[in-house]
Amino acid sequence: MPVIAYRDALNQAIDEEMARDKRVILIGEEVALYNGAYKVSRGLHDKYGDRRVIDTPISEEGFTGIGIGAAMAGLRPIVEWMTFNFSIQALDQVINNAAKMRYMSGGQFAIPIVFRGPNGPAEWLSSQHSQALASIYTHVPGLKVVSAATPYDAKGLLKTAIRDDNPVVMMEAELLYGIKGDVPADEYLISLGKADIKRPGRDVTLITFGKVVHMVLEAAETLAQDDIDAEVIDLRSLRPLDEAAIVASVTKTSRCVVIDESWPVASVGSHVAWLVSHRCFDRLDAQVELVAGEDIPMPYNHQLELAAQPSVEKILAAVERVLYL
Amino acid sequence: MAKGNAKKQTRYSKDLLNDLLERMLLIRRFEEKAGQMYGLRKIGGFCHLYIGQEAIAVGAVAAIDLKRDYVITAYRDHGHALAVGMDPNVVMAELYGKITGCSRGKGGSMHLFDAQRHFYGGHGIVGAHIPLGTGMALKLKYMGEKGAVLCFFGDGAIHQGSFHEALNMAGVWKLPIVYICENNQYGMGTDFRRVSAVHDLSALSASYNMPGKQVDGMDVLAVYESIKDAVALVRAESQPSLLEFRTYRYMGHSMSDPATYRTKEEVLKQKEQDPILILKKKMVADEMLRDDEFQQMDKRCKQIVAEAVDFAERSEQPAIETIYEDVYSEEQQCP
Repeated sequence: MPVIAYRDALNQAIDEEMARDKRVILIGEEVALYNGAYKVSRGLHDKYGDRRVIDTPISEEGFTGIGIGAAMAGLRPIVEWMTFNFSIQALDQVINNAAKMRYMSGGQFAIPIVFRGPNGPAEWLSSQHSQALASIYTHVPGLKVVSAATPYDAKGLLKTAIRDDNPVVMMEAELLYGIKGDVPADEYLISLGKADIKRPGRDVTLITFGKVVHMVLEAAETLAQDDIDAEVIDLRSLRPLDEAAIVASVTKTSRCVVIDESWPVASVGSHVAWLVSHRCFDRLDAQVELVAGEDIPMPYNHQLELAAQPSVEKILAAVERVLYL
Repeated sequence: MAKGNAKKQTRYSKDLLNDLLERMLLIRRFEEKAGQMYGLRKIGGFCHLYIGQEAIAVGAVAAIDLKRDYVITAYRDHGHALAVGMDPNVVMAELYGKITGCSRGKGGSMHLFDAQRHFYGGHGIVGAHIPLGTGMALKLKYMGEKGAVLCFFGDGAIHQGSFHEALNMAGVWKLPIVYICENNQYGMGTDFRRVSAVHDLSALSASYNMPGKQVDGMDVLAVYESIKDAVALVRAESQPSLLEFRTYRYMGHSMSDPATYRTKEEVLKQKEQDPILILKKKMVADEMLRDDEFQQMDKRCKQIVAEAVDFAERSEQPAIETIYEDVYSEEQQCP
């Protein structure tokens, strides 16, 4: 099976879907001539030209809204946000327009659009360029929200997102673009709303999504050395949320730690922790733990920024608490 | 300027003028009734009436072909909905929040839509629909369709970033759209001159490399001609433009606004420029309309509006279960 980088998996997904459906266009800052700020769109402008791969001015609200209007009228745009930090400029368009147009019109419109780009902290970027905003988008009915941790998931989820008739927010990460993994040469899709068991286990359920999946898997390997068999659930889709997969796993292990790099207050992580407490109350042998980003803006200094994020050590400590070790 | 002179001498058909007059009158009577029903608490929430501005929606829509062209506007949208030919029953039912409303009682006064008639709303956040209209124009150009988008907004929207961002991209990409500023002179309670660095709002078009023009928005024929010209520019060269129609709303910003920021004298003076009276006067002078014919027309409009109220009254409330409908479109099933 071919082994390719995460950015190239995304590139393949866009390329294949553009070839498949001429209504699919890519629009955003630096996506065309520059080949993408993170090279996700490399080669696509050469292949599809100015009409379908469209460079925009630095106007997030404007080009996001233009994408939504084009989707209302029948195109299937992929809007690239250079990072999710800048997507805040366009939040009104996403929340007030993309998410609500179908509802407010009594079902007259479909909004087939994908908003995508890197979310969450990278390195040495300070507060305005390092924030994990999954909770903001996941809060909003009318949107679908997905987050891919591996090249395989990135390609399968993005292809499905492009074919979906609803607005889908897809979160990637700067630090994921270079990672490599198996991606089949044959076409495949991954349904939105399906979690993936990245590592099966019996003793404790670790629920997470996005970039930190890799950190959680590393923590699980460390636990294995102490004969603690952790199950790692990668949510992949935050909205809709695969509650069945969560409940099935915690029913089996009776212990749960949720890991989310976002701030801890009113987050996807805190919601999932509540859900587990609510749905699995009779099965739990310990309190549900949440390992989140610290409740502060991101500092610049590298030691400080690492301290502000989840870590293998923090995950291990939380697992010890739920196992009463 | 032979072309300009030719325009001035244009004789309009009686059918066209009758149609313009009757549509304006229908909107006027519909809005009066909506205000009345709001007072009786049959209609709730925010309700922004279009009285005084009828010439703009009516004149503009009469100048386009809704089979290929599109209309989008803000929350003062009853007039545009009726101008594109939406059934007054369905519009009134939506104001009532009934299941028979165009948006199944989920949109209300600010969110009227008719996708079939290419009427794309009905939008509640000031200026935020201007990028949407621009995206609709991108779709037309991308698909090689020969349509135009009429994107309406008020003078209050013109200082939002969304306006400037969207017009810039329309200017760069030469999108087939006509931006229509209905300058009714007050953004809610604020005189536009107090918050705008320039008082000729059409001048903003220069920043985005498109023609701009100020037009008398109380003269339905002036509106009609200027939109014809702007749409011709779109069809011939895919050239967007910005039109500022000077107009005046007779009522407050919404039903809850007593409009104490304007004097009675100012409002009365403005009402002398009433768009319906201007056209009526012209038609009478040209011997195209008799007073009794006007009375007949008015009677018809009142009858249509009365029927709309009756329809809305008789319609069912939406079932509670419908709250979960229309959130997402049908799932695309993956193999």
